[in-house]
Amino acid sequence: MNLRNISLFLVIFALLILVGFVQSWSVAFQLLSFCLISAVMALGVNIQWGYAGLFSVGTMGFVALGGLATVITSMPPVKEAWAAGGVRVLVALLFAGAVIVGATQIYKRMKPGRNRALVLTLELIAGFFIYRALFDPAVSAIEAVNPAGTGYLGGLGLPVLVSWLVGGLLAAGVAWVIGKVSLGLRSDYLAIATLGIAEIIIAVLKNEDWLARGVKNVNGIPRPWPVPYEISLQKSTAFIDFAQRFGLNPVDASSYTVKVLYSVLFAIVLMIVLWMSQKALTSPWGRMMRAIRDNEEAAEAMGKDVTHRHLQVFVIGSAVLGIAGAMMTSLDGLMTPGTYNPLRFTFLIWVMVIVGGSGNNWGSVLGGFLIWFLWIEVEPIGRWLLDVLTSPMPNDYWLRIHLLNSAAHMRLLTMGLILLLVLRFWPKGLIPEK
Amino acid sequence: MVDILNALVVLANFVLVPALAYGSQLALGALGITLIYGILRFSNFAHGDTMAFGTMIVILATWWMQKAGVSIAPLPTALLALPIGIAVTAIVVLLTDRAVYRFYRKVKAAPIIFVMASLGVMFIMNGLVRFIIGPKEQTFADGARFIITARDFKHMTGLHEGMAIKLSQGITLITAVIVVAALFWFLNRTRTGKSMRAFSDNEDLALLSGINPERVVLIIWIIVAALATIAGTLYGLDKSYKPFTYFQLLLPMFAAAIVGGLGNPLGAIAGGFVISFSEVSVTYAFKRVVTYLVPDSWAPDGLVQLLSTDYKFAVSFSILILVLLFRPTGIFKGQSL
Repeated sequence: MNLRNISLFLVIFALLILVGFVQSWSVAFQLLSFCLISAVMALGVNIQWGYAGLFSVGTMGFVALGGLATVITSMPPVKEAWAAGGVRVLVALLFAGAVIVGATQIYKRMKPGRNRALVLTLELIAGFFIYRALFDPAVSAIEAVNPAGTGYLGGLGLPVLVSWLVGGLLAAGVAWVIGKVSLGLRSDYLAIATLGIAEIIIAVLKNEDWLARGVKNVNGIPRPWPVPYEISLQKSTAFIDFAQRFGLNPVDASSYTVKVLYSVLFAIVLMIVLWMSQKALTSPWGRMMRAIRDNEEAAEAMGKDVTHRHLQVFVIGSAVLGIAGAMMTSLDGLMTPGTYNPLRFTFLIWVMVIVGGSGNNWGSVLGGFLIWFLWIEVEPIGRWLLDVLTSPMPNDYWLRIHLLNSAAHMRLLTMGLILLLVLRFWPKGLIPEK
Repeated sequence: MVDILNALVVLANFVLVPALAYGSQLALGALGITLIYGILRFSNFAHGDTMAFGTMIVILATWWMQKAGVSIAPLPTALLALPIGIAVTAIVVLLTDRAVYRFYRKVKAAPIIFVMASLGVMFIMNGLVRFIIGPKEQTFADGARFIITARDFKHMTGLHEGMAIKLSQGITLITAVIVVAALFWFLNRTRTGKSMRAFSDNEDLALLSGINPERVVLIIWIIVAALATIAGTLYGLDKSYKPFTYFQLLLPMFAAAIVGGLGNPLGAIAGGFVISFSEVSVTYAFKRVVTYLVPDSWAPDGLVQLLSTDYKFAVSFSILILVLLFRPTGIFKGQSL
């Protein structure tokens, strides 16, 4: 960290403080929380792309899996639903897994030829129909339990902090399966494949109501351990006294406290992930990864197992993304599969990494902060800019109205422009790799 | 009672005709992707949004014509607006090439850098489209709705089941055939087309024999802009126009291009139909077809649907993965026009 980099970070914090004064502190704290989450996500993508050169654009899928983890760990279990079909669903899923394992075994063990194709097809078709016969009735039984309120299996009722770890593990597990299938593809094929996987994960989350209520959303996900609810703070006399000492009214003070506590939690996670990433990058393992990235053939000739290492780094990066996704969902307090959008949850994170400096962890953190800040603030700035630019037009002129109403879409334009400019003029990013 | 004729009609109405139309749209989109890959050698992630942009221009021109009272009823006005859309899109795409891709060609950047630049272009196009026309669904189809309605068909044939063919489906098929024929005529019969194939086959050799690379690139972008606008407009006429759906078409289109062999135009067309037929037939509920084919007592209770429609991405994805694992070059060999 030299003076230049430190001052870059200071600029970001100054911008956040400026938002506090100009807009409101509530907005500023909210921004800070999301900046921290974005930084963790950017670190995850940086591990995949910056360390190993894996062009995986499935980021959104792993973030969403992290969100799913908060639901399945922290929501209270729905006992009636479990009784109605919980075990049957699990059996069906295990059966499906067994069918797939069986298929791969048939493929490996039997000699290539017509017989193998025939046995494989029969096994898969029979397996699929038996699976559906097991799965469908169980699902309708679960979804029939109080569909307006629950209609899903619920979670395990564990603390939310645990769910962040579970988010990482879940994303890592899925990434392992995906990596097994699609790593080793050429770079742009891998991109298309991971883009598709992310869409499939979102489709599963949207449609499998028994799992996390699908598009009916899960609200009221409990908060992580030290973060209280605003209402309970406002009822406590000690807190009201504390607020009055700073000249704040209890409503504002409670909202700030909650947001600051979230930010502290996220900052701790970010620091742990950053510390571990730094250690990994400077270790022999990190050097090996970069060697593989820079010249696969040479690394392979030196006896490095490139595919295995790629799988490893893919899983680790995805785990970080899963943790960040779980953090985000627990900050929101609700799981909304309908809101996952690849522009926001995949490509924006990529912009963060590229702008910050691929391969450099501090760069990714900076990129996460800066790009998230712009993503949110471009809208008010753009509206103001358009307002000024169109001020000579009469207030009810169609173009002025249209432009002001479309200001929200300025952010995509700006992100594209930033990405192109950085790629062209600072291809190494704001904090280049050493 | 076993009734093969009626079963066939149901199948045609709900699977064959829609898949044929959707397949043609995908094929035209995949052609654009595959041509870019063949000449410029990168996967253009901005293609879906280029389609959205071109279609938007067509829609705006259509509205303007509708207001001016221009009409070619019973055909949709959008067909008349198509040339305007193609021209504007071609200009925009050429400007992007000037501003973005040309620099990377000059420094001979790695393909992955091109892909990233195309992500930037994707963002900008997406933003522009949302800025100009908004993210909401737009309707711009006018003219007649059907070539044959289900009722007319029943009247004509006396069958129990009807088959409807939408005008948009008919137009899609005819346009696709014309466009593909013109494209292949251009690539195989004209001097410029031949020089492009030479360039795609072996760049160095083509340069040595005096082919101007910038001219090749210029022409390919114009062709791609035309293909994207036509594909987008046909899709919009047939289904509906919503910018985000066009972005999502990226996956099936890429799958089509890869299944057919990236860089191979014939492959892109075949791939488009492979993807569309699998997507439609896997997500279609075959209950009514089966009911006609088996004796009454065997009639199925369920929908006989393999996957719910929302999993259609899974279909293109699985085909993509299977092809990449077992035949990485695609059904036809990829890599050159």
